[in-house]
Amino acid sequence: MNDMPTPESIGLSREDLPNSYIGRSVPRPNVPKLVQGRATYTDDVQLPRLVHAAFLRSPHAHARIARIDAAAAMQVPGVVRVFTGADLAKVCDPWVATLDHLKGMKSAPQYPLPLERATWQGEPVVAVVADSRAAAEDGVAALLVEFEPLPAQLDMETALAPGAVVIHPQLGDNLVFTRTAEKGDVAAAMAAAHKVVEATFVTGRHTGVTLEPRSIIADYNRAEGTLTVHHSTQAPHMMQGVFAKQLRLEDGQVRVICKDVGGSFGIKVHVYPDEVAVAAMARILGRPVKFVADRFESFVSDIHARDHRIKGRIAVDADGKILAFDIDDLTGIGPYSVYPRTSAIEGNQVVNLCGGPYDFANYRCTTTVVLQNKTPTCQYRAVGHPIATAVTEGLVDLAAEALGMDPIEIRRRNLIRDDAYPYTSPPGMRFEGLSHHAALDKLLQMVPVDRIRADQAEQRKRGVHRGLGFASFIELTNPSPFMYGIGGARISAQDGATVRMDPDGSVVVMSGVTEQGQGTEGILRQIVAHGVGVPVERVKVITGDTQTTPYGGGTWACRGAGIGGEAALQSAIALKQQILVVAGAMLQAAPDSLDIVMGQVVDRDTGRERMPLAELGRIVYYRGDTLPKDLPRELVQTRHFITKEYPFAFTNGIQASWVEVDTETGMVKLLEHWCVEDCGRVVNPLLVDEQVRGGIVQGLGGALYEHCVYDEQGNLLTTTMADYLVPMSAEMPDMHVGHVETPTKESLLGAKGAGEAGTAGAPAALMNAINDALRPLGARVTEQPFTPARILAALSRI
Amino acid sequence: MINKQVVARGLLGLARGMSSMKWPAFGYARARSLQDVWRLQSEHGDGARLIAGGQTLLATLAFRLSEPTVLIDITQVPELRGVSVEAGTLRIGALTRHAELGRDELIARHAPLLREAVPYIAHPAIRNRGTIGGSLAYADPAAELPACVVALGATLVLASAAGERRVRAEDFFTGLLETALRGGELITAVEVPIATAATRSTIAEVARRSGDYAMAGLAVHLSLGSNGQVAAPRLVYFGVGNGPVLAKAAGAALAGRRLGAESIAAVQAALAGDLDPPSDLHGPPEMKRHLARVLTGRALSRFLPATEVAA
Repeated sequence: MNDMPTPESIGLSREDLPNSYIGRSVPRPNVPKLVQGRATYTDDVQLPRLVHAAFLRSPHAHARIARIDAAAAMQVPGVVRVFTGADLAKVCDPWVATLDHLKGMKSAPQYPLPLERATWQGEPVVAVVADSRAAAEDGVAALLVEFEPLPAQLDMETALAPGAVVIHPQLGDNLVFTRTAEKGDVAAAMAAAHKVVEATFVTGRHTGVTLEPRSIIADYNRAEGTLTVHHSTQAPHMMQGVFAKQLRLEDGQVRVICKDVGGSFGIKVHVYPDEVAVAAMARILGRPVKFVADRFESFVSDIHARDHRIKGRIAVDADGKILAFDIDDLTGIGPYSVYPRTSAIEGNQVVNLCGGPYDFANYRCTTTVVLQNKTPTCQYRAVGHPIATAVTEGLVDLAAEALGMDPIEIRRRNLIRDDAYPYTSPPGMRFEGLSHHAALDKLLQMVPVDRIRADQAEQRKRGVHRGLGFASFIELTNPSPFMYGIGGARISAQDGATVRMDPDGSVVVMSGVTEQGQGTEGILRQIVAHGVGVPVERVKVITGDTQTTPYGGGTWACRGAGIGGEAALQSAIALKQQILVVAGAMLQAAPDSLDIVMGQVVDRDTGRERMPLAELGRIVYYRGDTLPKDLPRELVQTRHFITKEYPFAFTNGIQASWVEVDTETGMVKLLEHWCVEDCGRVVNPLLVDEQVRGGIVQGLGGALYEHCVYDEQGNLLTTTMADYLVPMSAEMPDMHVGHVETPTKESLLGAKGAGEAGTAGAPAALMNAINDALRPLGARVTEQPFTPARILAALSRI
Repeated sequence: MINKQVVARGLLGLARGMSSMKWPAFGYARARSLQDVWRLQSEHGDGARLIAGGQTLLATLAFRLSEPTVLIDITQVPELRGVSVEAGTLRIGALTRHAELGRDELIARHAPLLREAVPYIAHPAIRNRGTIGGSLAYADPAAELPACVVALGATLVLASAAGERRVRAEDFFTGLLETALRGGELITAVEVPIATAATRSTIAEVARRSGDYAMAGLAVHLSLGSNGQVAAPRLVYFGVGNGPVLAKAAGAALAGRRLGAESIAAVQAALAGDLDPPSDLHGPPEMKRHLARVLTGRALSRFLPATEVAA
């Protein structure tokens, strides 16, 4: 009974067990609510005395705020109050987004509304609070704000050059962070190599475009001294700490409630000045203040990402063995590093992840992170991965081309062997267990390479140019405190779950991880049903309330299943054991001779039903007098989980993309896409497959369509859904998803993350496919998004 | 529907420091007849705006780029409805929705170009609401229908309290988002000469995603004699200028010639004199010129006998 459970002992591998839900495609519980319009998004929350905020945003990339005249705005019917940066600074402290373990990192203090200067177009400058959003917008229209435009620093390439506009003079220059990882002797390896090839890659600045925009209602109750925040966020506990710290409150005075969230993709795990401003205004007004970003505001104020220029070189020997990678990454992050994760992590990830799937000895990679007067960038789905994968896989394909080697063959010769683990990569990433070769073998079972190559040759004769591209990748999941905590950020890497049984035998789980549409609550329900032994319908899941759920980090960096899921499994098993202790007393049987199957206490050996859980619940809660006096009967258990052996649980996979390039129009048609990934234990194959597919779509979006385009003055030109092109179903290919399962040994569940794998590899696979199509025409593209204009230019058609 | 011009003005909105999602306050009145429209217009003056499908106007209201005092809803005006054929002319009421264009039997028979254009117009939800009159009156340079009506040699019927007048489609589009419509005037119908056995028409465009505004597009209408000789070619390009561009040099290069690889190449070469496209988010003018040439080849090749296409 007190033995440590093993996957076998809890039936993890027993598909025949009636309540063996782990590993099954169980529909998620919240789908009917979502499709019937019965979800509760932040905007649906109605509070008495609610007022609405609207912001005047900077029309300039960089400007001094010369004068703010709110007199006319205050005359607008319905307007309650106008707030400036100085007003809010009285109750709200600025924040500086640096992490101690990112050596030398610097950034400037950021206020909810700036005091003197606006530093990007779209930065909130003045807030108007009114009885309705429409009245607040009327008030904004009546504001008189004089800006004195200043020269803007837009181009990251010149950010550190003499004569650059230093965006925050007190920092001395625009350098936020730089890091070089070096291993072996890159120069010697390059000098001795059979072939050295190089290329410059560009990944386009893009953003997350959540269906539900950022939304917040902050309500300060003067009588209780409490701030209650309804927030569309991925990390309620983190935001609790942020609001408390910035508004000079104790954590315990702040409650963050996060009901349904319509998509996040990393967009909603950051501290936004307009949202902190809402909390500060609520603190001052003593009444609830709501702000919902409109789409226009979302484009100019949600974090952007992936604005990188990367120069890369690869060295190979005559057999195609990779000898060295030499990478130089440059990224512009906007005028502030974003709190509290910082905007240096994406570049840092590029350093950590380049070359990741391969076994090679010599490595040098530098990232340089600079300020610019554009929307701040920060972590977005698959942080840094698609960049590192595009560079790595682009270079590997170039090497194969230089050698006249098949792209599959060069990968087979260089992927880290499946029996080589544990393995430490040149930049120091420790891999517990990956399956690159098994994944490649599985992919080749799925992709009909011979048929595709024959079709490709046949189509070429007709002037139709098709291409097949591959991309191996690694993905960082289940982060430990090594990601943020050691740098001083109050970001929890551990997570907790409380599981309880109620009198009717139903089970409730409260978890610190959160749901934004990916199905976190669905897998928690499966895991708990499995762990306790009840039908999945008998489990209710509660997430997203700092006052009722165990403290946790929320859902980001692919930690929901791996961390939150393990905490839920451990607490479910603990509850089951507790139930069996009570059952043993009632049935006069040894607890370990009993089991729970589909809500029934049964004899472990025979499966004979002994007692329904509802009966046990009835006795415990209403007739406790009939139980032995000293019998422990707490039908509630809490467990927390944190990874301890490895800083991250790396996953791996490989993708393939099959495309047709119209060489006259530059249009790319996505014909088919494949992904094999290894996220360890697959808790719910349906959800994992959909996560992979959704991730692929988001990766393809960044590679083909999505682009935040600025003009020379720093005006963002892509501020509607007509100009910022998201991938849509009509253009998406059929996607085939396969799995290899290498469970992590750090947890009983063995799950790693799966939400970012698709995004990590898709752009690289697509780039390689396009270039495979263009190769006979002597053209190549390495600058994302791969627009018709860029492809036509590569073909010298324009 | 939102487009470049709206966005450009959207940036002006941002330049005023505004970002908004709520309409300004305005009144609403439903007209039951054209007489009602004239009466409401005279009551409300310049602050009145007509609303039919609303697919452009509502977006501009949300952006607060347009602040009318009253919207006059013309969707219940019977004079603006219906599709009919009279005396060799197909009459399409201005309220005919894009989706209706795509399924109307008379249009399929007498102006198949319009039916062919419908799938290119935005997305089904927009096609269910948007009207041909609205699209023509808005005159977006990248929209399909303005180019189609010019290619078809259509006539627009305009009406105001002062009476009715007719304007040839090619004279109707006068500049970027500008038309021959006068204050107080609206489009009541589009009159299209009906197709004959010799008529050939087609539409081709390149858009980033299905339903997007075209990077470049072409609506073409011509007569093809039994000997393969082209008469009265009208090649109208969209997404490459301030409005639909009737390519006169290209048309001249084709008129009277036998359709084939040689004449198509001549048309492509002549285009240089017809098109002066602006750059946009998708690419430079050279790209639009290039795409126009490619589309010209593809569109005209559709009229070739199958044997010649294979060659």
